[in-house]
Amino acid sequence: MLTSVRPVLRAIGVTVVPEATRLDEAGWAAIEDTVAAALASRPATLQRQVLLFLRVVEWLPLVRFGRRFTRLDPARRARVLKSLLDAPLLLVRRGMWGLRTLLLMGYYGRPEVRDEIGYRAHPGGWNARRRVS
Amino acid sequence: MTPTPRSYDVVVVGSGAGGGTVAQALAPLAQAGRRVLVLEQGPRFGNDEFTGRELEMAGALYHDGGGFLSADGTMTLAFAHGYGGSTIVYTGTSLSAPARVIERWAVPGLDHADVLHRSQRYLGENNVHRLPAEELNDNNRLFEAGARKAGYAVEQFPVNVKGCRGSSLCNLGCPNQAKQGTNRVQLPAAERGGVEVVTRAEVLRIAPDRSLTVRVSERPAGAKGLPSEWPPGEYRVAAKIVVCAAGALGTPPLLLRSPLPAPRSLGEGFTCHPALILVAEHGTPITNDVGHPKSFFVDRAAEERFVLETCMYFPFTTAKALNGFGPEHSALMRAFPRQQQILVLAIDRAADGNRVGIDRDGNPVVHYAYSPETVTGLVQGNRAAARIFFAAGAVRVHAPFAEPPTIEARDAGRLDALIDARHWKPGKQAISSAHLMGGCRMGTSTADSVTDAWGRVHGIPWLFVADASLFPDALEINPYVTIMALADRVAEAVLGDAPQFLG
Repeated sequence: MLTSVRPVLRAIGVTVVPEATRLDEAGWAAIEDTVAAALASRPATLQRQVLLFLRVVEWLPLVRFGRRFTRLDPARRARVLKSLLDAPLLLVRRGMWGLRTLLLMGYYGRPEVRDEIGYRAHPGGWNARRRVS
Repeated sequence: MTPTPRSYDVVVVGSGAGGGTVAQALAPLAQAGRRVLVLEQGPRFGNDEFTGRELEMAGALYHDGGGFLSADGTMTLAFAHGYGGSTIVYTGTSLSAPARVIERWAVPGLDHADVLHRSQRYLGENNVHRLPAEELNDNNRLFEAGARKAGYAVEQFPVNVKGCRGSSLCNLGCPNQAKQGTNRVQLPAAERGGVEVVTRAEVLRIAPDRSLTVRVSERPAGAKGLPSEWPPGEYRVAAKIVVCAAGALGTPPLLLRSPLPAPRSLGEGFTCHPALILVAEHGTPITNDVGHPKSFFVDRAAEERFVLETCMYFPFTTAKALNGFGPEHSALMRAFPRQQQILVLAIDRAADGNRVGIDRDGNPVVHYAYSPETVTGLVQGNRAAARIFFAAGAVRVHAPFAEPPTIEARDAGRLDALIDARHWKPGKQAISSAHLMGGCRMGTSTADSVTDAWGRVHGIPWLFVADASLFPDALEINPYVTIMALADRVAEAVLGDAPQFLG
């Protein structure tokens, strides 16, 4: 589902979560699997809207910067995404918010993220924590 | 294919706080030889299936994986499906309805003393108590200390746990079966009393001849939960009395899908305590992701239309709650061991246009607009939470109603200027809700309500409602105890009316 938009999805991904630049191919595959699974459970119209929005993000900067999103430097990419999050039109803000949510789900839903951010919740609760402390 | 026929005396739709309570209260009917059935849309989960892994559990327990959105896409609404309904995923905070709220509801025949009396019964049944100080984590202790220092009256939540190990994973289903939800208390008691519970059974509609069209789903390959008690397929379940307890996003849509002469206010009056997660950063690590997550609250509902609660969410939920993206967002996520979190709930009011409807396929749709008063409640709650964070020693606070959202400790004296409604932009801040109320409000007639004070749907005496959709307006506190109290009243009405319908 995401093959055709993979470059722009990853470019947005590293703008939203800069640490994603350190991911290997398996890491990106995990993110894309999560995003694809989340979209697959949603109506087909929503899936089409997300794919369309990704294409809009890719081509929109051509007007302002003369380059596609994937060809921009990190600072300009961030400016584009911020302008979308702050857009006067709710429809645009919703689109960007949804895209950001999907990418955060993909990145922060990975098991490895526990160690990366120091999240240590455990079903064993206090006993488990005391054992490792 | 012809639906398989089944016949029961009483059918309860839903098994959460409302349905579970009704099921247990109707067990005497079953023991007397009547056939009582509970139909639950979600599955029955095994104890070992609660792993605490965020996406895995959210996908298994919550509708749309926890990502159900309001119609305009600006609010995420959380509700669960499964044996026990949303009691599987609440934190077990157990408060009784304030007198001021029941009085404001002004439902003839419903008084606070009765709600309180019934609530107390369930507080006892569910082992509700306050956790001892040694079981509280720093996230909670800092909230209490900060709130007192900032001048707020802070109270400790009573919680309904038994053998809590402090996993902090309540909202992903307790991995230790400690929360005393209907899945642990009322439903097992009902089943022991002869009530039949069928899971993975979605009620599509209810016909005027009192038959329910029910679709029983197969267990998807690799999915959590047990298979249904009935073979997959479509059923026509004949009933003499039907009790709808599918929740505020279940019952109104079910009745709207059904060819019944429903009162015209069906679906109206939806409220939800819109909420924001605020995150602060301390200079040193604190205990936050171990221990019960929700031990204290500040109730400013009557004065400033907000309530603050301690909370501690999981990595993705936390990441989503923060405004923006990029290095600053990442830095705060990487400060997870130093994070303190507070949930701000705005106290909204039932308003014209805020309602539960259905789309062309019969799925729930929530139409919700934020009133200026609700936004003010969120702003005031943001400011109060930031004051508490800084009073507790936080070095910086992430406030969704500030721009930029990060406020350093040196600016703690300027919170009123920095956190302001001018920064509110629907679709930019992560607003969520887990207190879904209204849509079948109680009252006196079809002119102003859907049911009477005992949950009987006006004009359809065999049809009852027993869940949070009964609330005529926001409850201003965590709703499950009041849902149980009202469901207890509904069950009493069912038992009283039973001779008329059951013969």
